[in-house]
Amino acid sequence: MGLRTWHSMDARSFNKATAVSGVRNGIGKDLRSRYRRLWTYSVLFTAFVSLTPLGIMTLVNYAQYRKAMAAETDHLISRIASNSQRFMDGFLEERRAALSYVASRESYEDLCDQEKLNRVFRDMKQSFGGLVDLGVIDSDAIQRSYVGPYELEGRNYKDQDWFHEVCIRGAYVSDVFPGFRNVPHFVIAVRRDTGTEGSLYVIRASIDTEVLRRHVASLDLPPGSDAFLINHKGIGPTPSRQRGAILDRCPIATPPFSAQPQVLEVTTTEGEPRILGYAYIQQSPFVFVVLMRPEDVMHGWLRLRNEILWLFGVSVVLIMAVILGSSTFLVNRIREADRRRDEALHSIEYTDKMASIGRMAAGVAHEINNPLAIISENAGLLKDLISMRQQPPDRDRTLKIAEAVLRSVERCSTITHRLLGFAKRMEPLTERISLGPLLEEVLSFQRKEAECRNIAIGLSVPPDLPIIESDRGQLQQVFLNILSNAFAAVPRRGAHRHPPGAGKAGHGGRHHQRQRLRNPRRVYRADLRAVLQHQRRLRHGTGPLHHLGHRGEAGRPHRRAKRGRPGRRVYRALARSQANLNHGTLEHTPG
Amino acid sequence: MKKLKVLLVDDEQEFVETLADRLAIRDLQTSTANNGQEALSAVEQCEPDVIVLDLKMPGLHGIDVLKRLKDAYPNVEVIILTGHGSQKDEEAARGLGAFDYLKKPADFETLVTQIQRAFQRRLQKLERMAMAAAFAEAGEFETARKIMEENGP
Repeated sequence: MGLRTWHSMDARSFNKATAVSGVRNGIGKDLRSRYRRLWTYSVLFTAFVSLTPLGIMTLVNYAQYRKAMAAETDHLISRIASNSQRFMDGFLEERRAALSYVASRESYEDLCDQEKLNRVFRDMKQSFGGLVDLGVIDSDAIQRSYVGPYELEGRNYKDQDWFHEVCIRGAYVSDVFPGFRNVPHFVIAVRRDTGTEGSLYVIRASIDTEVLRRHVASLDLPPGSDAFLINHKGIGPTPSRQRGAILDRCPIATPPFSAQPQVLEVTTTEGEPRILGYAYIQQSPFVFVVLMRPEDVMHGWLRLRNEILWLFGVSVVLIMAVILGSSTFLVNRIREADRRRDEALHSIEYTDKMASIGRMAAGVAHEINNPLAIISENAGLLKDLISMRQQPPDRDRTLKIAEAVLRSVERCSTITHRLLGFAKRMEPLTERISLGPLLEEVLSFQRKEAECRNIAIGLSVPPDLPIIESDRGQLQQVFLNILSNAFAAVPRRGAHRHPPGAGKAGHGGRHHQRQRLRNPRRVYRADLRAVLQHQRRLRHGTGPLHHLGHRGEAGRPHRRAKRGRPGRRVYRALARSQANLNHGTLEHTPG
Repeated sequence: MKKLKVLLVDDEQEFVETLADRLAIRDLQTSTANNGQEALSAVEQCEPDVIVLDLKMPGLHGIDVLKRLKDAYPNVEVIILTGHGSQKDEEAARGLGAFDYLKKPADFETLVTQIQRAFQRRLQKLERMAMAAAFAEAGEFETARKIMEENGP
């Protein structure tokens, strides 16, 4: 086997060996970095996988709950506005209808009668309430009669807007105005025609805003919330918590008209967010407005939101604690497993090394036996020469024996030192190595084995082969294993072994013929002569056959015995007997 | 009296020469061979009574040499003397008819004793062969066969 054939085989093993040495040199830092990276990746990946669904679920829940809670809040505010709208509509319509009823039942003259007007006003207050005063105004806009807390009889309302409106519309709910009493109020007025062309009178009642205030108070709004009536200018007939007095301007703009109650998110003039619910009061200039702070309205949602966030936060903390704990535990287990694996690998390497040493030791023991035998025989020869002859052996002979002994001792020493050199390198140590001498050293272990296996080893080391840094012992082991494997791959006794009966023209036929005995006659010529002599003695009754009780028969020739050359007959007889013994066939070659 | 002829086969030239010298001092006729092929050639030329054969040699392995020798000359006695012996080799050698199996470095006196005992066995074999030949020539083939069987391989 040429070394060139396993140069390619050893490359992987060599690289592995050098890599192992390199890894071991920087193993501590790399391993720590690797485990830290592994821990980081494990934590990040597990956290991503665990927290992403939780986060998505939390966001979805957050959005859905918020939407649901916003809808519920809208519904609540809208219901407040709607209820208040119905209440206001009913309240105003009720009083307007009452005034219309009074106007239709009572005559103008009766209504101008102070006594009668008092009675009507008293009846209306008892039946409906919510009225401050009651007055009758003629077509010249002069109040003819009046019942109430102010001195308004005889006042002329010709310049009052509400008077013109009621004259035109027939019934009218006025805007808030201070009037002659100089107190913000609003009125409901009903026009009544007297029957005479161009003659009319108006029955007017001032509305008690306390009723509206009580209604607002009955809404039981949160402290930060507010509800009131405003007109298109932002002022209204009811006081409010934030707006202050009746004629103070509302902190928000008048919302756009809508027949249905609406809910909007607005910002006050102070820049504070508010939820606005409003409803336009029919047949009046007023809008019912309810303003609520988001935190008051959304307190349920905010509590839920806080609970969701708390739940999310606690879940994240718990999950992260579990992830960190489990990742740390797993990485520690992996580190421990790696450590055990490394120990096992080191143990395997050690075992492999010991096995190699064991194999080599066996070979070395055998190798040492030969020089020992030479030493033994030379010493014995010297002893023989001294003890068996009278004079001592001559000087040259003695020197030759001594030199043979010394050569054998040196041979033993070389073998044992080589083995020790291999065995002592147990711990990995990186050093500069020239591969040529290393290969020579390894080959020296196996050269005898190769010779006996008829394996030729050729070593071809390029002169420019660079010096490498590696562990000498491991490289020796790698090359030794490669050599052992290569030997095992070659059939025993190599190309020199051929099956019996291989053809002449077959593989190795000529060589096989050369090895075969040229004349396998099964007996030496000398043996044949000895046997013939024995046979002659037997014929004359002097041989060992007498002791076997065959004297008579052996003493004379058998009747079937053929005459001829006695040697040939005996040889054939021997051959026949041997053939029978071996259960084979008899083959006679003449001559 | 005819000298006992011993063929020493070993690839250690120094060893066989020294051993031959010692055996010669013991009045044994020796010849040497350094590998299996030489041994097979030498056995035809010198017709040894006993062959002292090494196992691990370049070329033919000792077991192969033993097998060929026993195939060709069943009556020759072979003593294995090796430094690389193993249980497996010993069993194989004894199975092929080796007279004894000794390991290097062997005690020289033991070796000489075993050579002489091997020679005695060879003489017994030859005697039995003569008896068998006589019976065979007399037509008593069965008796001759039994005698030859006692000779063994």
